[in-house]
Amino acid sequence: MSRYRVAVHIVPRRGLLDPQGKAVADALHSLGFAGVRDVRVGRHLVIDADAPEPQSAERVVRDMCAKLLANPVTEDFEIANVEPA
Amino acid sequence: MKFGIITFPGSNSDEDAFLAVTEVLGQEAVYLWHKDHDLRGADVVILPGGFSYGDYLRAGAIARFSPIMREVVAHADRGGPVIGICNGFQIACEAGLLPGALLRNASLQFVSELSYVRVETNETRYTNQYTPGQVLRLPISHGDGRYTADTTTLDRLEQNGQVVFRYVNPAGELDPAHDPNGSMRGIAGIVNERGNVIGLMPHPERAAEAVVGSADGVALFESVLAQVGV
Repeated sequence: MSRYRVAVHIVPRRGLLDPQGKAVADALHSLGFAGVRDVRVGRHLVIDADAPEPQSAERVVRDMCAKLLANPVTEDFEIANVEPA
Repeated sequence: MKFGIITFPGSNSDEDAFLAVTEVLGQEAVYLWHKDHDLRGADVVILPGGFSYGDYLRAGAIARFSPIMREVVAHADRGGPVIGICNGFQIACEAGLLPGALLRNASLQFVSELSYVRVETNETRYTNQYTPGQVLRLPISHGDGRYTADTTTLDRLEQNGQVVFRYVNPAGELDPAHDPNGSMRGIAGIVNERGNVIGLMPHPERAAEAVVGSADGVALFESVLAQVGV
């Protein structure tokens, strides 16, 4: 067993209204960042977990996302990084 | 009839629910702690409003894993009545008892007001003492009440008569200006396909006596009693 640090991004599904993202986009426009087209605000989780190898650490975190960390009705997730912890 | 009211860490409307069913309706009620493992003979389960587990991760996401929820889901699977109010609605959705999800209000603001809510159907065990189209005054008090589901789910809810309450204007019409949280199709409350689980963001238990501004919520609980002839 080794310890891995798995980072996961969870974001509101594209197409669903994300009022937080819209508020941030409006603020960025106010600051002069005219090129901003879309902002979505989500969560970033960093999980340290023991696993035999990195692929299984990623697999377990995907399972966590499906069961708890992301809401399958409204959110998408992606594994951002897997590295030795 | 015995009501079981679940108290999670962070519940704040459990006592309102208790007073509504005991003092106003004259029924028996028992508080059930989230760590309990049985419903202590409750015929009807109420998942009350509040901010269970501080709304960590997502509203209702952690409460769903409380030990008592295993019993609540089993009770619902047996056809037993479950009333999810506000945070209870969020918990019921997270637990898979109801379809859809409740997201951050479109305004990003917490809303606390007496809303106008239209009864969409009286053919449920929670609305049989109302008339269809009746406009109720019910308080709302939430930051995450924007009902969201995919189009297929929304269409199915409508076709099956599972949309029970909608936010409307004082004239009883759908009106974006009177949708307090941006819910899809103005949905304020739904029942599951079997009709035994209801979830709603407005607080009927806080509208149980005229002295608090409205008694329009009482008929929801009376409907449950009428169903079994109490």
